[in-house]
Amino acid sequence: MKFVDEFRSPAAVAALARTIASRCTRPWTLMEVCGGQTHAIVRHGLDALLPSGVELIHGPGCPVCVTPAEVLDLAHRIAARPEVVFCTFADMLRVPGSATDLFTVKSAGGDVRTVLSPLDALAVAARHPDREVVFFAVGFETTAPATALAVAEARQRGLGNFSVLVTHVRVPPALTAILREPGNRVQGFLAAGHVCAVMGTAEYDAIARDFGVPIVVTGFEPVDILDGIARCIGQLEAGRAEVENAYERAVRRDGNAHARALMRAVFEPGERRWRGLGSIPESGLVLRREYAQFDAELRFGPPAAATATEGPCISGAVLTGQRKPTDCPAFGTRCTPEHPLGATMVSSEGACAAYHRYRLPQPA
Amino acid sequence: MDPDEAAGCPVPLATGERVTLAHGGGGALMHELVRTVFAAALGTDTRHDGAVLDPVAGRLVTTTDGFVVRPLFFPGGDIGALAVHGTINDLAMCGARPLALSAGFIIEEGLPVVDLRRVVESMADAARRAGVTIVSGDTKVVERGHGDGLYVTTSGIGLLERDIRIHPDAVRPGDAVILSGDLGRHGMAVLCAREGLAADPPIESDQQSLWPAVAALLDAGLEVHCLRDLTRGGFATCSVEIARSAGLDIELDEAAITVAPPVAAACELLGLDPLYVANEGRFMLVLPAAQADAAIDVLRRQPGTAGAAVAGRVGAGRNGRVSLRTRLGTWRHVPMLSGAQLPRIC
Repeated sequence: MKFVDEFRSPAAVAALARTIASRCTRPWTLMEVCGGQTHAIVRHGLDALLPSGVELIHGPGCPVCVTPAEVLDLAHRIAARPEVVFCTFADMLRVPGSATDLFTVKSAGGDVRTVLSPLDALAVAARHPDREVVFFAVGFETTAPATALAVAEARQRGLGNFSVLVTHVRVPPALTAILREPGNRVQGFLAAGHVCAVMGTAEYDAIARDFGVPIVVTGFEPVDILDGIARCIGQLEAGRAEVENAYERAVRRDGNAHARALMRAVFEPGERRWRGLGSIPESGLVLRREYAQFDAELRFGPPAAATATEGPCISGAVLTGQRKPTDCPAFGTRCTPEHPLGATMVSSEGACAAYHRYRLPQPA
Repeated sequence: MDPDEAAGCPVPLATGERVTLAHGGGGALMHELVRTVFAAALGTDTRHDGAVLDPVAGRLVTTTDGFVVRPLFFPGGDIGALAVHGTINDLAMCGARPLALSAGFIIEEGLPVVDLRRVVESMADAARRAGVTIVSGDTKVVERGHGDGLYVTTSGIGLLERDIRIHPDAVRPGDAVILSGDLGRHGMAVLCAREGLAADPPIESDQQSLWPAVAALLDAGLEVHCLRDLTRGGFATCSVEIARSAGLDIELDEAAITVAPPVAAACELLGLDPLYVANEGRFMLVLPAAQADAAIDVLRRQPGTAGAAVAGRVGAGRNGRVSLRTRLGTWRHVPMLSGAQLPRIC
């Protein structure tokens, strides 16, 4: 398959592993930002190909995982309302809030539908003018433009029965928050290629400069990831800290101007709470005032106040790279994909799910 | 002139455009539907409540399977052919020659009669090709909104002609694991048809009877330890089931597992792992490693298993675990998935 096979080539992977080994003279700790990269690393066993001193820690780039419990609870309350058709990406169906999940809400009679795009939800709203159609807008800058398009179209077409529960998040403020955490170990980032395909790379310049960390825009296939690691270690060994694009087939410096214009028209940056990272200024995308009529939070009530999470789940520490999934006493025992204690075990991008699915159990 | 018409009180025709609740009422309309659609295609004797079969020499194997696929028709097959092959294949996986089937139909009010006829004719064709008879059946009609057009359940009886035990507990350390062909065609054919994802040419289901291939293996005198058709959950799940049942580890080799390019592309697009996608015409075979070459030789001469290859081995470990050696030379765990595979959001 073109554009896939060449990036999974065993020969190219072996060559990059040799390059990394030859460049690397001391231990380095890198964070891959995106959960999709985490899955590729664990699925292909890429960390086993690295020198022993190179550690990959897994970042917060799983939008499903960082959505806090109070927003999930609000989603579940809205989805259970009899007048509502609740449209969501399939990833969110099994993510537990504090009481339930969308699968359970659906089995109890809630009209929960899986869609592949917010525009599909908009089509449901157009077909059912007598129902309230709510789209659960989850995701980073990758999925936000499609939400923006749906909201803009809803206004243009006068679809008053459509609204969005927005929990979109932005990558750069999260990277800054991680670098400011006491005890931060991250020395370089593999930035999420698809986010940069939309946003471009310019907003990462200040982070690389101010914190002295290389940021390498990286793709998702084995060759992409090892290339990103090789370039990141190359910068660290040379004492450089720059934004470098290792995903040139998808990312231009300016990103996708059309998508960004759409986002700017509908959203503005706002404060948002992240699971594991807490509240971060400017880290969310919120609807602009002129689109407030499509805000499901205003229509169906705000989320309950954030509650402290209790119990053994360490997903917060996993999402900030402070702990590995296997550090958790509940991993694979009390917490499994069948009975998850936290979103990182159930999301297809979650680090705990990746370890549970792909990592061979270590001998006791 | 028709006598009913002469009486001035016309009876609706069974051969009308759509199945109605009246067709399930047990009266004349139901009899007409059974006679004109089911008995006409299947040749089933509908005069009595059950079928009496002649005695056979050997142990009998029975199995039951329900079919709820949507859409009813998809590239490479339909629910009727699937219902015949699915049950035949379950018998074949026990080493049994399929003899006879029974079929139950739950029809949703409003199903076009032409669709029902097409499904039943497809069943008749599949049964005829496989040399089995559909000896008994049942139809029910449920209200609109209480079914998905048509559900079919088939039960089968097969004959174990040899004194063999094909079962996970016959699996031994060192056995070879053979895969009968490429993976993921059925699941992706149905998913693409359901979601309106067009591949050009369309991905066709691999649904087929596996009995000819199994018969050839048994006729060749091979010591078959275990067989499993790779339906729901795909090759990965079936491997885990066998590993767990046998209490032995299985090691798979990714480089020996083939996925056709359009299937691989569709899986990439939707974020699905072809190891977990359903097949309806593929199976895995476990037998002594010394017989692997002979088995491949037999399978490659059968039309439905030309792509057979050794895809792994049974290891010495006794944890009931499956691992996969990736194309990159690294190893990863192959677990049973907790639920359905869900497409990714980004």
